[in-house]
Amino acid sequence: MLNTVYRLVAPRRFEIAFTDVNLFGGEVLVRPTHLSICNADQRYYQGTRDAAVLAEKLPMALIHEGVGEVAYDPTNTFAVGTKVVMIPNRPVETDPIIPENYLRSSKFGGSSCDGFLQEYVALKPDRLIELPHDINMNVAAFTELVSVSMHAVSRFARIAHARRETIGVWGDGNLSYITSLLLKKTFPNTKICVFGIVREKLADFTFADETYLTNEIPEGFTMDHAFECVGGNGSPIAIGQIIDYIKPEGTISILGVSEYPVQINTRMILEKGLRMFGSSRSGYDDFLRTVTLYRENPEVLDYLSNLIGVQMTVRTVKDLTEAFEADTRKMFGKTIMKWEE
Amino acid sequence: MVFGVILAGGIGSRMGNVEKPKQYLTIHNKPIIIYTLEKFFTNAQLEKIIVLCPNAWIAHTKNLVRRYLGETDRIVVIEGGATRNETIMNSISYIEEHYGLDDDTIIVTHDSVRPFVTHRIIDENIRFAQEYDACDTVISATDTIVESVDGKIISDIPDRRKMYQGQTPQSFKALKLKEIYQALTNEEKEILTDAAKIFVLKGQKVHLVEGETFNIKITYPYDLQVAHSLLEVNGKC
Repeated sequence: MLNTVYRLVAPRRFEIAFTDVNLFGGEVLVRPTHLSICNADQRYYQGTRDAAVLAEKLPMALIHEGVGEVAYDPTNTFAVGTKVVMIPNRPVETDPIIPENYLRSSKFGGSSCDGFLQEYVALKPDRLIELPHDINMNVAAFTELVSVSMHAVSRFARIAHARRETIGVWGDGNLSYITSLLLKKTFPNTKICVFGIVREKLADFTFADETYLTNEIPEGFTMDHAFECVGGNGSPIAIGQIIDYIKPEGTISILGVSEYPVQINTRMILEKGLRMFGSSRSGYDDFLRTVTLYRENPEVLDYLSNLIGVQMTVRTVKDLTEAFEADTRKMFGKTIMKWEE
Repeated sequence: MVFGVILAGGIGSRMGNVEKPKQYLTIHNKPIIIYTLEKFFTNAQLEKIIVLCPNAWIAHTKNLVRRYLGETDRIVVIEGGATRNETIMNSISYIEEHYGLDDDTIIVTHDSVRPFVTHRIIDENIRFAQEYDACDTVISATDTIVESVDGKIISDIPDRRKMYQGQTPQSFKALKLKEIYQALTNEEKEILTDAAKIFVLKGQKVHLVEGETFNIKITYPYDLQVAHSLLEVNGKC
């Protein structure tokens, strides 16, 4: 079947392409309804990725955060009309040790293959998870981002030592908000302290036990473990502070994406016997855990709805460009596109 | 109930030296009519899809459907009429005979040679036909439209901002279309070749549905080349 694909061909320029989808190739056709813009999409859109990377990856359909409705399912796994979240990671092999999101052979929509900016998205049934029928689809749209936090928190639960009286989270953006929220839900007895640079943003972290500006950290503050959700140019400062304030044997979870190598204080990592681990993306199990969390703790969805910044209906390439431009201007929150093209 | 009505009656007289009707020509080894049918087949709002083609091509069309879409009772192939409107009337007769006609019976009529129709266009056709009884898919005119009565001298140049180019689908409440069509004289039937125009001339509202520039009608050899070049066989993954 002819499928319309909306590809970024150069920074700030989308063009339409057509592909032929095999209706009997064992893939479910999903009609995307709500798509969410990620910073990674913006780096392609604005052309801030390395020129060689852009040359290699474009043209490509962006967007890896999205939900939709099943339009056609030759596998009979889902009823037509079922609301689903789409998993952008596409593994081609399994490994008993390495999860799907770390296998170098895996493809990822909107990074190594076309993302969800399409008329229909064709995915294997195991790349879809059914959502509660009455879910707020604007919130569900960025489930992928929530699943990335879920992945990191699950890994932390496995890796970090058991004393978890205080966890510090650096960052006052979307990822920090979600990670802090999931930490509070997962470890309700742990004190969650959030560190950021914008007082207004920190004021929204009402579920956290304490919030601080990074230049007003109280003397004597310390923590058992920490999460870095800053990324970009702020990474080295955040990691430096974490290493300063964390107790010995603590575990540091790195989640922020940085375009450049970051210098870190290895002397103190050695002296304190710290562990540092990275997390990136997520897989089927993380999505499933996230949707289960939605079902069992609907108040999580209410908290997440505070992250919805801009909502725009997108019917044309012009609308699409406007949504990306609006996203560049927002201070906080997610830009959700109601996809009607 | 909502029915897709695929108009495949044309014999391709504008397609140069080809022998087959244009809807049976292929783009990357798949017949154009199949691409079009796939778009309707995957839209769950459509109860049935009725394909109307010349009598001599019915068996061939059925074979193509079986080959590309498997055994399915959602697609039926029947004979078209002498004109576009007679073909649409044949589809309404078929629906009336097998399912009955009522105020909620919607037909989404579409050219079999417009394979680039989108999910949105079909959905909006259904929605606007339900709401307004009739709708027509159009795009804003980009070229200035010039009218000439005698084909030699310009008689009028209408304001381009008010001009649109018609595409398909055109969608209707089937019962209403049937009633209006049957009230026409034979002379009127010969002149009024467009179903939407019948509605307009009888004072009925026809709502606009925004089409797409790429929702092209494959009419000339040039269009076939364009369609070939537009389509990538494989997705990027």
